[in-house]
Order: sequence, then structure tokens, then C-alpha cells
Amino acid sequence: MRLYEYEGKILAQKVGIPVPAGKMVDSPEKAREVAGEIKGEVVVKAQILLGGRGKAGGVRFASDPGEAEKVTREMLATRVRDRKVEKVLVEKKLEIVEEMYLGITIDEINKRMILLAGKTGGVEVEAIAQKPGAGFARALVDPFIGVPGFRAKELAKHLGATDKGLGALGNIVSRLYALVQKFDASVAEINPLVKTKDGSYLAADCRVEIDDDAIFRQKELESLGIFPREERGREPTELERKGAEIDRVDHRGVAGRVVEFDGDTALIIGGGGASLTVFDAILKYGGKPANYCEIGGNPTVRKLQLLTELILSKPGVKRLAVVTNVLSNTRVDLVARGVIKGMLNRGLDPRNFPVVFRVPGAWEDEGFRILDKYGIKYFDRTHTMDEAAQYICQMGRS
Amino acid sequence: MGLFVTVKLNPEECQDGCKSCLDVCPVGIFRIEGGKVKVVADNEDECTFCELCLERCGQKLVEIIKNY
Ligand code: SF4
Ligand code: SF4
Repeated sequence: MRLYEYEGKILAQKVGIPVPAGKMVDSPEKAREVAGEIKGEVVVKAQILLGGRGKAGGVRFASDPGEAEKVTREMLATRVRDRKVEKVLVEKKLEIVEEMYLGITIDEINKRMILLAGKTGGVEVEAIAQKPGAGFARALVDPFIGVPGFRAKELAKHLGATDKGLGALGNIVSRLYALVQKFDASVAEINPLVKTKDGSYLAADCRVEIDDDAIFRQKELESLGIFPREERGREPTELERKGAEIDRVDHRGVAGRVVEFDGDTALIIGGGGASLTVFDAILKYGGKPANYCEIGGNPTVRKLQLLTELILSKPGVKRLAVVTNVLSNTRVDLVARGVIKGMLNRGLDPRNFPVVFRVPGAWEDEGFRILDKYGIKYFDRTHTMDEAAQYICQMGRS
Repeated sequence: MGLFVTVKLNPEECQDGCKSCLDVCPVGIFRIEGGKVKVVADNEDECTFCELCLERCGQKLVEIIKNY
């Protein structure tokens, strides 16, 4: 779960990383109030879950509370990078003399957290870091040792700190690692990490992503006003919301993680890489997905039934493909039961409506018996997902 | 009766009250109504054929029938 900048900064403060004075607000009036408290020039930053907002007009300066109010009003009325801005962060404008980069993420190859420190911060940092000789220092973190003081200071030195600065910047390095540990973050990035005219170091921006699988144990987040949410890059559609609701009412298995598109082929697939394969195959054979929805972990028959009803309720859906890899954690017969019940409830006769199954796996003999009884075409494990996709794309064509 | 599975109590209500079937059924097929154990018709299609109810019912009152 990606956090907003202001949420990231709450966590940063919690572990003792200095951040500029400021507050998140959701109205122009409150922005005026906060700017009044801060005194002097402020920066108003749109809170969206995307980078590059500066260039898109999502970061603006204001010299007094009145201007802060005006800028906030304008920002809340516009879209930044095609996102509706609902909150802004009003912060003291800093007198920056240097911009740097500091980040921690997971190194998938070494299976450890990795610290990255670069003398260049700012929006282009990802492109810069790729270039050889870009001055980026990398340090893998041994989970049993963490980030010892000397290692933190080494990185601080790399970033150009001297004397007292070594301690101050070194502290930020070790505290960023503390943040990752304490809040189960998979990414924590300060970009830019700035040095101001008076020699202090602050996190001018902060991006944190919390490991979704750890959110259940991160009880402290809620007490800090940070609530679990799912980010898709846009607002969920009505259909997607209903899908999530189906999944929520019963904890058994997954059935209801729906993503809506504008095609005519409803897809019930297993999630992960296999579903991307199915998706590509559908497109390859001239179909267009109407929606993508995941199943797995033995959802109840009722969940599958409701999910099937839901995705078939989308106007313009002409066919249904239930295609997965070999299922080991989900019973084929239960999937068949649920899907058939859903179709019948929608008034669709499985013998006439274009539908295909390619769901081999646990209890497949029972599953195939059910599909046979309802006259549904299915492919067993000797046929590929691709073949099933090709078959369904040819069905229902005049 | 479910579309795919019928779970039957013979007789339809069990007065015995040992409630073992309720305890073991992982998908809530059985329910107590007015002190008697009954089958929840809405849930029959959830039956996983685990057969725990068959095993645990000392009086052999439960019957599971596949409708396919
Ligand atoms: S066989 Fe298992 S799932 Fe079916 S009714 Fe008996 S206990 Fe419940
Ligand atoms: S296990 Fe058998 S005897 Fe016990 S309550 Fe259920 S049906 Fe009745």
C-alpha cells in the first residue's frame, strides 16, 4: 500500500527524521490557517499517489496565508496527473542548498533490503541512478545486524556530509531503516533529502510503501490516521466495488478481485502471471476482456456464484471464459458449481451462452462431470490456456 | 435441495441433539431450529463431501446425494 507524502512524513517523524513544519488539509480555509501558523512563505503540495506532480502543477508556492488559500482552492478544483486532488500538504518553504536522494527497498536478487544514497535528488533520479558513475552508493543490509552507525556515516559521507553533518545525516540513514523495520515498509524513499541554508537536513518529500501482507499487524498505522486501502491508479468502478464487497462478506478464498475493462469477454482467472497469459491470449485471438477477476484459495460456491452474476451483469458481455493454470488450492468442482449457478441465476443457459472452462486441478473429475451435465465445453490439462482462449474468442461470432 | 448436492436428514429433523454434525461441518450445512437439527437448504451446494458428518453421526441419520 503506497502512502501519501503526508502519511509517509508522519511515519518519518515517528522515527525521528526531521521534516518541514506543515500539515495536511482538505480545504482552502484550513490551508490559510496552517499557512498563518507557519509564518512566511509556504509550499502547497497536491497529495496524489504518483510522482512527477511538480511538473504537472501539483507543487506551488505561496507567500502569505491569503495566497495559500487561493492556491489550495485552485488545486482542489483541478486534476493533477489525471488524479482528483482531495488533500494538500501545506509546508514551510525551505531554503535549500543541496538536494540528495536516500532510499531503502528490497533487493530481489540478494533477498535483502538495500540502501541507496545519491548526491543527486529530484524527479529525474531514477533515470540518473541507471547511469554508470552517477554517484549512487548501494549498501545491502544484513537483517541480523541492521544498519550500524559506521555504515550510516559512510553513506552520509558519500552524500557529502562533514563534521556535525555526518551525525545528523547518518541518523537519518539509520532512522529510515528503523522506519522500514517498524512499519513493515517495502519501500521508503526520501527524495529529495535536502540540506538547508542553516546546515540542517530534512526530508522534503517522503514516499513509503507498506507491505500489503503485513498490514494486518500494523495496528499502529490506524492510530496515526493511516487506513488500509487498495490503490489501482484510479477510482474503483461500481462493478469493482461490488466485487470487493462479495469478497469481503466471506473470508474463505478469493473471488471478487475485479478489474473492469470495456470489452465483451468476461474472464474468471486465477491471478498472477497465468492470468496475464490468458489476457494476452484473449487479445491475440481478437477478443477483448470485459473484466478480469481473480479466484483462488477455494472460495465458497456462493462467492463464485455471486461473482459470476456480477461480471455477467455488465452490459455488452457476450462470452465467459473460466481459465486457469492447474489449480492445486482450489477445487474444480466447486468452481463449476458456482459459475453454473451464477449463469442460471442470470437466466443464461450454459448450453447456449458461449462459455468455456479450462480449469484443471484438484477434484477435476467431479468438475468435469458437472460441466458435462450442463453441456459446457472444457479443456483439460492436456490443452493449453491459449487453446481455451482461442476457442472462446471464436464462439459467439456471427 | 441444492442444485448439485442434497444433504438429507432421515427424518428431516433430528431430535437427538448431539449436534456433532453442526460441530464438524466446515460449511454450515446444519442449523438448530426450535431445538431440532435441520439442514440449511440454501447452503447445500457448499457441501465439500468431507463426510465428517457421516462419520460423526452415531445414528447414521445424514445422507449426502450428488445430483450430477
Ligand atoms: S459432508 Fe462435510 S461439508 Fe457436507 S454436509 Fe457433511 S460435514 Fe458438511
Ligand atoms: S450428528 Fe446425527 S444425531 Fe447428532 S445432531 Fe446431527 S443428525 Fe442428529
